[in-house]
Parts: sequence; structure tokens; C-alpha cells
Amino acid sequence: MTELLERILPTVQKPARYTGGEFNEIQKDRNGVRVNVAFCFPDTYEIGMSNVGMRILYGVMNEMEGVWCQRVFAPWGDMQQAMEEHGIPLWALESKMPVRDFDMIAFTIGYEMSYTNILNMLRLSNVPLRASERKGLKNIVFAGGVCAFNPEPLADFIDFFSLGEGEEITPEIIMLYDRAKAEAWSKEAFLTQVAKIPGVYVPSFYRHEYNADGTLARITRCDGAPQTVTKRIVEDLDSAYYPTKMIVPSTEIVHDRANLEVFRGCIRGCRFCQAGFSCRPVRKKSADVLYRQAVEILKDSGNNEITLSSLSTSDYRELKDLTDRMIPYCASNRVNLSVPSLRADNFSRELMAKLQTQRKSGLTFAPEAGTQRLRDVINKNLTEEEILTTCAIAFSGGWNNVKLYFMLGLPTEKDEDVLGIAELVYKVIQTWKENAVNKKRGLRVHVATAYFVPKPHTPFQWEKQITPEEYLRRARLLKDHFYSKSIEYNYHAPDLSRLEAVFARGDRRVGRVIETAMQNGAKLDGWDEYFSYATWLDAFRQCGVDPNFYTVRGYGEEEVLPWDVIDVGVRKDFLLSERHRAYRNLVTPDCRTACSGCGANKLLREVACDA
Amino acid sequence: MPRLLFEKTGDAIWISHLDLMRLFQRAFKRAGLPLKHTQGFNQRPSVSIALPLSVGMESRCELLDFDIDGESIALDEITCRLNRALISGVRVLDTYGGGRKIRELALLDCTLTLTYDSGVPQGAAETIEALLCSDRILTEKKGKSGISEQDIAPMIRSHRIQATDANTILLCARICCQNPSLNPMQIVAAIARYLPEMNPSFAKCRREMLLDENGNEFR
Repeated sequence: MTELLERILPTVQKPARYTGGEFNEIQKDRNGVRVNVAFCFPDTYEIGMSNVGMRILYGVMNEMEGVWCQRVFAPWGDMQQAMEEHGIPLWALESKMPVRDFDMIAFTIGYEMSYTNILNMLRLSNVPLRASERKGLKNIVFAGGVCAFNPEPLADFIDFFSLGEGEEITPEIIMLYDRAKAEAWSKEAFLTQVAKIPGVYVPSFYRHEYNADGTLARITRCDGAPQTVTKRIVEDLDSAYYPTKMIVPSTEIVHDRANLEVFRGCIRGCRFCQAGFSCRPVRKKSADVLYRQAVEILKDSGNNEITLSSLSTSDYRELKDLTDRMIPYCASNRVNLSVPSLRADNFSRELMAKLQTQRKSGLTFAPEAGTQRLRDVINKNLTEEEILTTCAIAFSGGWNNVKLYFMLGLPTEKDEDVLGIAELVYKVIQTWKENAVNKKRGLRVHVATAYFVPKPHTPFQWEKQITPEEYLRRARLLKDHFYSKSIEYNYHAPDLSRLEAVFARGDRRVGRVIETAMQNGAKLDGWDEYFSYATWLDAFRQCGVDPNFYTVRGYGEEEVLPWDVIDVGVRKDFLLSERHRAYRNLVTPDCRTACSGCGANKLLREVACDA
Repeated sequence: MPRLLFEKTGDAIWISHLDLMRLFQRAFKRAGLPLKHTQGFNQRPSVSIALPLSVGMESRCELLDFDIDGESIALDEITCRLNRALISGVRVLDTYGGGRKIRELALLDCTLTLTYDSGVPQGAAETIEALLCSDRILTEKKGKSGISEQDIAPMIRSHRIQATDANTILLCARICCQNPSLNPMQIVAAIARYLPEMNPSFAKCRREMLLDENGNEFR
């Protein structure tokens, strides 16, 4: 195959993403390997290698004796074509061994629109798509990641799901497989045992039945299968595994820098945000450990940039301590320190000023909604005053570029909320006129609106999505109210977000749609180059599935939800009360100000929630 | 300014020129060898590779100029430390105190491997030799202003068939690599154009040695 690859590589774009061989790649002696894991990321190399979760689990699995975890990414269209023409099955980068020769095939799924890539990668590997068609222990397919919190659209294809954070559960799963393989268990015996590991969901152990109106009637479980599967978390992040010897790609990737996660969970409770609820409870990592890991990662990788990442980095309690130590280290070692996800508060402004000495980063706000009323509905606790104060300081410091992100179609949104976006943008322009130090350069305000997608495990999980036509009407209404030349307005086309809404809250019946679309050529749907809405609409028609059932219909509060078996820690009645508070324009204070009793702290045994 | 001679082989040949610069910048950092930075608004670590190598081409004679910030380090030590920080396929062969000006670099020795899946055609070696001896060899060159014709004959200084076996021909050529420069794969394009029946199923190229105008090794 290597010789054939040598002939194909000159004909494809960016060939270095298909060869492996990067610094810190893990090579093992095949003879000492008992369990081979093909770790698949359902998108291209540049996206997958930017994923921190994948890097953590690659390290976790390869730390295990007798286990070799190797990486697999989705090929770009030109490579896929060459593979099909020459009959080359999909391979793993480390050994170039075909995926179909691996014991276990793992996927990490963070985005609904990568579902076709999962099926396409199995197809390119010559591995049967449906779990029921894969007999025996070879090629056990399992998946984790945020999308596993509603696993039903993939229920027919994935043997089991691993829910929540993978540091501890992944070795438990692989050790069980190691034993199963040594003792030659049947696949059924393995699935029965793996379902006993807390956090493992085996979809074939649950039967879904529907009412005449198409809604879910009941979910029946087989004997022995748990009633609810609770996601796993790591309680003590200081002692948890974090890789400091990370693969350094030889070709440019999307986030081409070192990455350090400062804490997990979020105290904010924005009602549209899936991560904000499904990643609870809040767990801290100490500045000492973080500083030590940052230095180790930078020394080992040679990166000239490091990002401190989390859902809301301003809420990290020891941020001042950590940045006070990191800024001098980074300055003397010519490393750029980037701290995204900051809130528009005083400390962040001071921090921004200090970071600015190294390189000027962009100024980005995500108010999400144009009026304070609607921001209260979604519990996005960012005020107009905070935005304008931060802008004023930034403009007087020489910035002349702002990005503002909003959503259209949020629950209770009226035209006045849409026009509120235009008003807010004009106030930003006014602030620039009053504060800019150099007006000759002009101001650029980038405004982007996304089409609201209701997500499972959020207070808005029952909400209707507005129709694509209504979304476009609101986007045009907004556009008509932008007069300034300084404004650059982009609104996402509704097609992709409509499909995202279907698969985010989809049940088992949409699995066939994904399969059909993939068979008809859908792949890399997240990429404009490949996304074809027509292919998807055809697939819905062919399968007799109405996308509106999952989008504009909305879900009843009494309805059985496809993801009811999955417990992410936050109670359903809490989500429901948050929904009702939203309707009354009531904000819920952040968890640090007052615990709102979401229930996620029940996942903790050793430590308390660090909100 | 110190210079290093390195080779690029194996899977590393698929790394592009820009990515290779980044790779070296990180390797220097990993090796504890801080690079001097360029001045100006966007300060970059100063590494400069003499002749960008096409993606997919192997080389035993790449040159990289760099400058270390701070106390000086023994040249052999630099070679050693860098090789520990580099990846398989990119290997420093020698580090030295500096060399001739890059503009004195003129010629390149390279080896083309021509592979014929259904056997080397009868008389291919001789016919190809004869072609390369012509006064005028026109090939198409893709430039910024579209496709133009160029005569590559004056840029081929010498050539010889080094070996042939049932399926391959090894062709060594000494060609111009700077002002003007010839991409050695243009020789394969010429074979395809003038001798379509001798067109190989697959061709690859390796840079062997850099030379000055007089044919002395360029260091």
C-alpha cells in the first residue's frame, strides 16, 4: 500500500495530512499489542488534530500496556476518490494498517453534521455500517463526545456509547475488551458486560416505540440494562491525566498551538447552551498544576502559542494568579498567550491590556440577542453597558475592529428584538466615534447571526425552531436596518442549521436518513465545498421522514424524549423550571452567586461543586 | 550566520516548504536553541531555506540559514540537539559556521527515477538520452500569466543514465537551479511530450548536490 500511496499523494491536496510521522506520534511494537484501537475523528486532519479531547484520549489509551491507539481522519474528496479508484481501504496514520483490521473502532463526535462522515469512514474501511451486521468481537464500534448525549440518530450504527469525560471510563472499557478477546467472548456477552460499566449506553438494549402521531410512546429496556445511563466525570482535575507530550503536526492545522484546559463546567447557565448544562458540575484545576503543565507542554512541543481554554475563562478563580505567572514566562520565551472566552468585565480589560504587549488579538462579543429583555430570556448575562464600556476602552487603545455574534429565532423573539441588534451595533459605532484615537483607519464591525438550534439537555430542549423562511425574513429585516458602511453583516444560510436541529433532537428514525444521504454522496457536510442540501432533502423524502417533525413542531413537555435515558447530571425538572423562568423574563443568577440546585453536584463524591 | 545541511526523505517529503519552516522553528525551540527574531511589526524567528523544494521531492542537500539568540553553542552540539528534536525523514547532516552567498548557487545534481509498470520500453534509455541532447526542448510552464512554452535544453548542463533494470531507469542530471531555474520534473514532462511511448507510469526525483556555476559543491 505504501508504494501505491506514494503515487497517489502527489495528486491530492495537502498530502502531509495522510502520512503521520509527526513529532510525538506513538509507535509501538505490534507483537506486544493485544488491543488495537482505531481512534477516528469524523472530519479532516486539520480539524481533528485541533481537538483537545482527542489528544487527551490518545494519550490515555497509549499509556495502557498492550494497547495501541492510532489516529484516523476523514479524507478530503480528492483522496477519497483516489482511494476508491485504487481500492485502498481507510487506514490509520501510525502503522498504515487498514481500519478493518483493528479490534475496536472509536469515534469522538462533537458536531451533528459530521454524522455522514462517521458512516462514510466505516464504508471506506469496508466495515459494515450497521451494528447488527457486525458479528463477533472484531470491529466493535463505540463513540463518545458531546453528541453522544443524544445518541439515538446513530443508534443503529454504533455498538455502544461512552458518555461524558473519557479519562477513566475509556481504560475500563478497553480492559474489559482485552479480557473478552483473550477469553473469546461473543459480541453479545461483551455488550452485556460493557453495559455494566457506569456511563456506557448500549442502544440495542433499548426498544423505542412510537405513537400514531409519530411521537415516542415508550422506551423499553432489556433485562439488566440500566434505566438511565449517567455520564462520567473526572472529579479531581489536578491529578487527572493531561498530556504534556502532544503530537506536533508537521502541517498547519486549524488551532495550531498548545492548548491547556483550565477548568471544566460552566457557572453561567445560558439557556440555549448545551455545553453549559451538559458539562456541569464545575471542577477547578489549580494554577500550580496548570503553570507546570503549560511549561512542560511548551518546552516539549516547541509551540510559539498557547491557549487557555474553557467555557468561560473569566470565571476561572485563579486566572489572575495563573496569568501573572504565565505572562512573564511567555514573554521571555517568545510565546504568544491567548485567552479567549473572556467576559467583558474589569479584570478581563486589564488582562487584555497586558496580553496586548505581545500581539493584538481581536475584540469579539457574543451578546446573542439584541435587547436586554431577550438576553434575560436566554439568561445571557451580558449588558449593553458592559459591551459599550469594553468597546470604549478598546477603541481608545487603538482597536478598530469588533465582531458581534447573535442568534435569530430564539424563543419569544419579536421584530423589536431583531431591530435591537441594529440599535446595539449603532451604539458601538457611536462609541467608536467618541473614543477612537485614529479615525482615519475607519472602523469595521462584523456582525454575524446564526439560526437558533434547540439542543437536548438545555432548558430550550422542547422549543420550536422557527421556519427557514421566517429566519430569512428576520435576517433581511435586520440587514435593511444596517446603513453604515462600517458594518459587515453575514447571516448563515438556514439549511445547515435546520439539519443540525433535526439531528440534535432526532430519534432512531433519522438514522436511515443519514445512511441514505451518505450512500447518495453526502460527506463533509460542515464544509461549503461539499454540503449539498438537495442530497439531504432527497434522503428525507426517500425515507419518508419529515424534518419539520424535529424542528418547527417543538416537543411537548409531557412527551417522552429520545434522550430521556441519558442523564448528564442536571435534572429534567430543573431544565423545565428554567424554561418557565425564561418565559417570565426571569434571569437565574450564575452558580457562584447562588446555587440554583440543578442537580449536577450529585455526580461528585470526593469534592464539592466549585462554582 | 550559521548554516545547516539537511536531508528530507521518507514520509517527510510531503511536508510543504512553509510547513517545513514552521517545523524547524519548533524543532529549534524544542532543542533549547532560541532563534533570533526578525525586527518589525510581525517578529518571526529567522530561518531561511535556500531553494524551496517541491512537495513530494526528496533531497540530500537542503540548506538552512539561522541565527541563535544568546550565548554561542558548539556547532556539533546544534546538529545533535536538533536531530533529537526533529522527525523521521528530516535529518541534519552538518552544521557549519556559514557558507557562500546563496546567490552564487547555480546548479543542482538530481536523480530522476522513471518507473514503467509494464517494463522499460525497448531502447528507452538511448532514446531519452538522445532527446536530452537536442538543441531545443520545449515544455509547457504554468506561470502566473497562464501556460507558456519554455526551452529547457540550455538549463540541462549534463545528463547520464545511471542504471536501468526491468522496470526502472535512473537518470542523473545536472541542471540550473537559480536564474534561471529548472524544475527537474520538467524533464519528465519533455519525455511525455516528445516520446509519449516512453512516458513512465510514475516518476520521482531526488536532489543530490548543490553546486556553483563552476561545478564545485556549494556549501
